[in-house]
Amino acid sequence: MSEQEILAFDKADAIVDVPTHYCPGCQHGVAQRLAGELLSEMGLTENTLLVTSIGCSVFLYNYLKVDSVEAPHGRAPAVATGVKRARGDKFVLSYQGDGDLASIGMAEIMHCANRGEKVSIIFVNNTVYGMTGGQMAPTTLEGQKTTTSPAGRNPAKEGLPIRMAEIIGQLGGTAYSARVALNNVKNIRKAKKAMKKAFEVQQAGLGFGFVELLATCPTNWRMTPIQANERIENEMIPYFPLGVYKDVTAED
Amino acid sequence: MAKNGEKLFIKGNEAISRGAIAAGLKCYFGYPITPQNDIPEYMSAALPAAGGEFVQAESEVAAANMLIGSASCGVRCMTSSSSPGVSLKQEAISYLAGSQLPAVIVNMSRGGPGLGDIGPSQGDYFQSTKGGGHGDYRTLVLAPGTCQEAYDLIIEAFDLAFKYRNPVMILGDAIIGQMKEPVITWTPEEKAHDEGLNWRIEGAEGRDHRIIKSLFLSEGSLAEHNKTLQDKYDDMAKHTKQELFETEDAELIVVAYGSIGRIVKSTIRKMRAQGHKVGLFRPITLYPFPSQELKSLAEQGKKFLTIEHNLGQMVEDVRLSIRTIRDSDFFGFMPGNLPTPDDFEEPILKSLGGK
Repeated sequence: MSEQEILAFDKADAIVDVPTHYCPGCQHGVAQRLAGELLSEMGLTENTLLVTSIGCSVFLYNYLKVDSVEAPHGRAPAVATGVKRARGDKFVLSYQGDGDLASIGMAEIMHCANRGEKVSIIFVNNTVYGMTGGQMAPTTLEGQKTTTSPAGRNPAKEGLPIRMAEIIGQLGGTAYSARVALNNVKNIRKAKKAMKKAFEVQQAGLGFGFVELLATCPTNWRMTPIQANERIENEMIPYFPLGVYKDVTAED
Repeated sequence: MAKNGEKLFIKGNEAISRGAIAAGLKCYFGYPITPQNDIPEYMSAALPAAGGEFVQAESEVAAANMLIGSASCGVRCMTSSSSPGVSLKQEAISYLAGSQLPAVIVNMSRGGPGLGDIGPSQGDYFQSTKGGGHGDYRTLVLAPGTCQEAYDLIIEAFDLAFKYRNPVMILGDAIIGQMKEPVITWTPEEKAHDEGLNWRIEGAEGRDHRIIKSLFLSEGSLAEHNKTLQDKYDDMAKHTKQELFETEDAELIVVAYGSIGRIVKSTIRKMRAQGHKVGLFRPITLYPFPSQELKSLAEQGKKFLTIEHNLGQMVEDVRLSIRTIRDSDFFGFMPGNLPTPDDFEEPILKSLGGK
């Protein structure tokens, strides 16, 4: 470190000190940093069992200093259920992308929430399958071009993008469901607060906690990181409104 | 060391359930499908009462994946299903094997392929013993022939699962699941291989974090992992188990497993009384297959007839076992019907009279 460089803040103890594999401008790194900071701040690092899913997010187990198990594509909520039922005394966290959670894993996420499993799920919605090379996801926006919707998503044939935070908010076992975005500092701060709330409802034994994060995928969107942030603001938020869709603590 | 319990008149499905709880089952995940519904039904009341967790999953797929979660915590856990449901569980079984996780899967099999029927069949032999899911892996497979054996083998299944950190399957069928027999219950006083689990996830307190996974991307690491798995499968070959009945002076050995092995035993008794020199070899472990034991019978010059409630699956393992010395005749009893001991008399006579 040169004399001009100043260490502004330390890495949270839950975060492993290694470079991540994510593309420039991808916000998985931001989301995972928030999760790591929260685990550290809430004193959960040594008490957490992490379930990682398939897709770009699978390597989260290399980036968080917590015990973890890898789930098959879409099945993370079922694996998390098994973990929590075996170790009801532990904090159980899972992290899924949109292809994983809203397509192949739709049944698992709905029923995990509906049973009110006391787990926290972070859902990264970047409207595209990232790791497999940019195919259409259930959350791909109308008209959005992907490698499997080359003319743009056509609702007449492919349906409309699925709004998960609203759906999860409708289910009886859900204690907290919210949608936030990672496109600017203000929204990132709100995202951390929402994630904290989802963690807290698990700790309080109130039920299932869910946070949808609107995030960038500059590589598969064929955009610069700045353009990608603008897309969240101009195209994603209008279709995926930010907000809290259920909070059992607020209803008291 | 065992603590004896009571003598009960119960179905095979209940014997499986009671045996699992006696073995220290902590988590059961299931989904209704005939003819194994007695298992989730029994578990839903008895397991919570015994301090465990019962979940009726949204699908067989979810149930098998819940097993991955609980198994990764190092607790005794199981799921049960029947043929089409077990097909759905195969993805998770491959992941359990790839992640080296201990779990027990019960298949009370029925007729297939497809939706088939709800009657008994042995059509899942290939699926059970040769993989079923993707990749190079093996599942230990135990095939009970009586309700008592169903009780005993599920207790052994948990020990083997933890010894090898591998999925273990109990392969029964609609006959074993639905028939009632006297069963003497017992509770193992010690759980073998469950202590000091330095692989399970439990919270990374005071040590580096653990990762349970089956993804090995770096050059050579998957090959290394598969070598470890293969060494384990080689070691499992020591655990073969079989029943020999009237084989000593037999000219013809019938090879049959599970409920069919038991029905053949009745045929053998009747035919022995008529003076025919026939015997039964009933494999109890289907993987590993008791090849050496079968081969030693072939070396004594005996003839073989394999009888299965399918169109010919285990006969391939029988032929592989004895191929340097003998061949085996085959009689497949068509699934969709229920065999009696009399149905096997004619094929045995034909085989006995053959070359």
